[in-house]
Amino acid sequence: MKKQKKETMDLRQQLAAMKRVLGYMLRDYKFSFFMVVVCILGSALATLRGTLFMQSLIDDYIVPLTQAQTPDFSSLAAALASVAVTYGIGILCAYGYNRIMVNVSQGTMRNLRIQLFRHMESLPIRYFDTHAHGDIMSIYTNDVDTLRQLMSQSIPQLINSAVTILTSFVSMLVLDVPLTLLTLVMIGVMAFATSKIAAKSSVYFAKQQKDLGIVNGYIEEMMGGQKVVKVFCHEEKSLEQFRRLNEELRESADKANTFSNITMPVNMNLGNISYVLCAVVGAVFALNGYLGLTLRTLVSFLTLNKNSTQPVSQISQQMNSIVMAMAGAQRIFDLMDETPEEDKGYVQLVNVQEQADGTLQETDQRTNVWAWKHPHKADGSVTYTKLEGDITFHDVDFGYEEGKIVLHNIKLYATPGQKIAFVGSTGAGKTTITNLINRFYDIADGKIRYDGININKIKKADLRRSLGMVLQDTHLFTGTVMENIRYGRLDASDEECIAAAKLANADGFIRRLPDGYQTVLTGNGSNLSQGQRQLLAIARAAVADPPVLILDEATSSIDTRTETIVQAGMDALMTGRTTFVIAHRLSTVKNSDCIMVLEQGRIIERGTHDQLIEEKGRYYQLYTGNAIGG
Amino acid sequence: MIKTLLAQIRQYKTAAILAPVFTVFEVLMEVLIPFVTASIIDEGIEAGNIHQVYFYGGIMLLMALLSLVFGVLAGRNAARASSGLACNLRESIYEKVQTFSFSNIDKFSTAGLVTRMTTDVTNVQNSTQMILRVAVRAPVMLICSMVMCFFISARLSAIFLVAIVILAAALLFIMVKTTKIFNEVFRKYDDLNASVQENVSAIRVVKAFVREDYENNKFTRAAQTLYSLFVKAEGNLALNNPVMMLVVYGCILAISWFGAWFIVAGDLTTGNLTSLFSYVMNVLMSLMMLSMVFVMITMSAASARRIVEVLNEVPDMSDPDQPETQVQDGSIDFDHVTFSYKHGSGEKTLRDIDLHIKSGETIGIIGGTGCGKSSLVSLVSRLYDVDEGSVRVGGKDVRCYDMEALRDQVAVVLQKNVLFSGTILDNLRWGREDATLEECAEACRLACADEFIQRFPDRYDTWIEQGGSNVSGGQKQRLCIARALLKKPKVLILDDSTSAVDTATDAKIRQAFAQKIPGTTKLIVAERISSVQDADRILVMDNGRVNGFDTHEALLKTNKIYREIYEAQTQGGGDFDQPAQTEKEGV
Repeated sequence: MKKQKKETMDLRQQLAAMKRVLGYMLRDYKFSFFMVVVCILGSALATLRGTLFMQSLIDDYIVPLTQAQTPDFSSLAAALASVAVTYGIGILCAYGYNRIMVNVSQGTMRNLRIQLFRHMESLPIRYFDTHAHGDIMSIYTNDVDTLRQLMSQSIPQLINSAVTILTSFVSMLVLDVPLTLLTLVMIGVMAFATSKIAAKSSVYFAKQQKDLGIVNGYIEEMMGGQKVVKVFCHEEKSLEQFRRLNEELRESADKANTFSNITMPVNMNLGNISYVLCAVVGAVFALNGYLGLTLRTLVSFLTLNKNSTQPVSQISQQMNSIVMAMAGAQRIFDLMDETPEEDKGYVQLVNVQEQADGTLQETDQRTNVWAWKHPHKADGSVTYTKLEGDITFHDVDFGYEEGKIVLHNIKLYATPGQKIAFVGSTGAGKTTITNLINRFYDIADGKIRYDGININKIKKADLRRSLGMVLQDTHLFTGTVMENIRYGRLDASDEECIAAAKLANADGFIRRLPDGYQTVLTGNGSNLSQGQRQLLAIARAAVADPPVLILDEATSSIDTRTETIVQAGMDALMTGRTTFVIAHRLSTVKNSDCIMVLEQGRIIERGTHDQLIEEKGRYYQLYTGNAIGG
Repeated sequence: MIKTLLAQIRQYKTAAILAPVFTVFEVLMEVLIPFVTASIIDEGIEAGNIHQVYFYGGIMLLMALLSLVFGVLAGRNAARASSGLACNLRESIYEKVQTFSFSNIDKFSTAGLVTRMTTDVTNVQNSTQMILRVAVRAPVMLICSMVMCFFISARLSAIFLVAIVILAAALLFIMVKTTKIFNEVFRKYDDLNASVQENVSAIRVVKAFVREDYENNKFTRAAQTLYSLFVKAEGNLALNNPVMMLVVYGCILAISWFGAWFIVAGDLTTGNLTSLFSYVMNVLMSLMMLSMVFVMITMSAASARRIVEVLNEVPDMSDPDQPETQVQDGSIDFDHVTFSYKHGSGEKTLRDIDLHIKSGETIGIIGGTGCGKSSLVSLVSRLYDVDEGSVRVGGKDVRCYDMEALRDQVAVVLQKNVLFSGTILDNLRWGREDATLEECAEACRLACADEFIQRFPDRYDTWIEQGGSNVSGGQKQRLCIARALLKKPKVLILDDSTSAVDTATDAKIRQAFAQKIPGTTKLIVAERISSVQDADRILVMDNGRVNGFDTHEALLKTNKIYREIYEAQTQGGGDFDQPAQTEKEGV
């Protein structure tokens, strides 16, 4: 299911991604960004003024001093003071843009992260089922991080370099046009050389990334199976394969780094050559008096020439990181462009009070009596239907992909308080059915009704709030035990949470934890046993107190004693609620009001345990198969 | 630590030496070039001597070319040395891990080993490259520039000394302050990513409880905290540049002022003054680079330490001097065995186990979670060493055998088992490399795996994804059993290896074992009573001790724990998952 990532992006895509990144920066920080540009400009101008002053220092101040009878240093002092002021402003500007840029880049990153997360939360379950979780995580860890570096380092440096080049060029143009053209030609050569090297190195960088991915994948797989490797004495073979992959990575890393390493010396020395050329040509011009070039202008010009080639090589240094960051940005934007979960529902779940005459009156108080508030568009009236937990499936078809139906013609009736068990092999469609009730996925054909209302009309949030869920893989969150239970209902008091834990049979073990209900769980509750985690998940559902429950019994082997405790907790939770249970345990099945036997997406048998045994069909086979040897 | 890392450079030693050498030459050229530019101006342009311009221009051109050559060579060698070192490090860690025993692996954890071989190695690679180039360049540049400055005017250069001290102090102050905040930043950053991870894997829970807004708010708060810390840390760093500018400009102004006096006094030429300005810049740039290198080194030091940890780990198991290579038969004896995962911790996982199993017997092992079932069987193939007592296989202590020979004869199907990416046949041949297709199919028939393999379109050539994610849990377990069977072992250990296989198939596998490999000693660890009840004898474990060891019938009469488990399971503990006939088809 892993999506094959695009290896390279063309220039147009890179520019589009860059534009979008800048768009995010500018959206919230227009003024700050403007200030950054102003400050950079100020600082560059100050630097320029300083450079030009240094040129005139010798000719205009020092030389006259050496020739004067009684040297008067006051004019020099005044000039230096004025330059000091300019420098001061330059330094302030430099601090200004550095400091503001921190806010801009970090603020943009914060907003981007939050937006990314919010968007991810709004995506349908389908997205998470079809994308490897590792890939999603790498967007947050790797891609967002490269973008952060781009923003806090590359972008200010780019702006700075661009401004320096611009100011130098303007001054050069003022000083002498032909020499400027010569400099431009040299910069053209530098740019050409850089782009050649960059093109080569980006090919090798892509190869390096690919090889790195392969090696890392191999390491992950083999380290994960290292114990099996030991048991089968497979060390030599696994090492042999690794050596091959590792050597390939070394070669591509070697090439990629070589090319990126030589960019700097190539550019710097092309800059030196440019300097020599200008000096020679300029000297010839000046000495022969061509085009009115004076020696003094030439000296100033040469300094500017040196100043202008440096930023060019700086920009070329940034090229690789920009290309890499853009690839990351593209993956971030891909996630942001995923279509969020749609919700066209308009029926809401509200608290009601039952009046003496049996009608329902909406109220803001928590009454524990709930009703569906159903506005009718046709006549503008509103009706209230009491929340009971009556669920029916009418000829439901469903497929995860269009045209590939995995559930066929499902008919199902559950009246309030009934317990429906699904039985069948892996892939028969048990989990899929439960995914349809809370609309993790939408059906292809047929109808599902909840208290007589088509579930498509119910707001998803309200629909899900009325359904409790205990999944097979228990997921807990970092936080205290109490917080994890309260996840079921955020406004539940401590007492209510404890009561729920008691109902779920979890109170006993929680009290034995080092800090009781305040024990902090980390890493999906890795400090708890499998059974304890399940008990917490049951308590979490219990505190939500929903009229309908979806339970996925755990298949994993927990020992018999814990099993009994978990079972008792589940049973307590199920009492009085409509329950859909994906059953693995005989006791659960036996106690159900109705058992649905699923095979290849169809319900092939239904009835109570006794009825199905009587029928001697598939269920009977399963049941007696179970009894082999017993 | 440094020594261990340096030793890893091996065949790239030449490159690692050449890179800094070439860098030194490159820097020398760079330092000399401003000297030549001064000459171009002073002796050529200012003097109006076009021949001098050509002369010095030619020299500078030559130096630029040399500098280019040196620069390219330095870059080339730095790349070769750093990527070579990374390659060697990865290989050495990998090799080292192959020698690790189970307890060594447990100590580092799989995730820990993976991070060390991926992220940590990359960090070291990057900083090596940095050190080879910048860490050499900066000091050389610094020293050369200083020498040139003193050469021009010792008295004026004294200004530098003051400036350098100020700058170094300021940079150090900023760095020390910032590093502390950065450590905090990275911790918070990890927390933030951990919370994303939680949300991605628990998205069903989030959606089922309609907690999107709650999670959004939580994340927003965390992102805001991170933002404040980042701003604080980078806000400090933002001082770097202005501080440096302040010092540079201060120097330039001071040199201008005093330089003017010196020139007037005739102690200095104007050309010298221009060169001085260039060198001031060089000196301060090198200081800046040094501070960057400092940050880089501190950041990768943690990675280097973690790598060295693995390299210096001593495998806690080794083959004996004169190892036995033949296992006589499948008899197993535990003589008063005591065992703990952390030696000497006092928490004994197994206490005084004394068992004697005859060759060819089938033994069931049952008991609650954490009672020591898995630990007990892992001692038989010497995955761990005992604390006290001894384990004997075929009459000899397991510590006398050559490890490979022992593990070939004692096949274990681990509880947490994995398949590797490759075809089914590739996976099976882990058991025996030269097994023919027919032998593989025979093992699969014994393990009841042949039936579903035949229904795959590519049969034995079906591709298994990493971790076996495209086959069901029951199918995976049966393939793992077949893989172990291919070894034709004298002892076969199934550590809860049929938990995801339905009971009917489970029974069929056990029947096949009884008929086809009667001579093999079989240890079957299980949670299900039906998996063990027809064994020759059943071992009931409780809290690290043997609670009972007898036949099913006898235990029902005499053993309280066994009876409890039996009653709990026969009164509704069956498993409806994955009946044999309707296995998930295809890939």
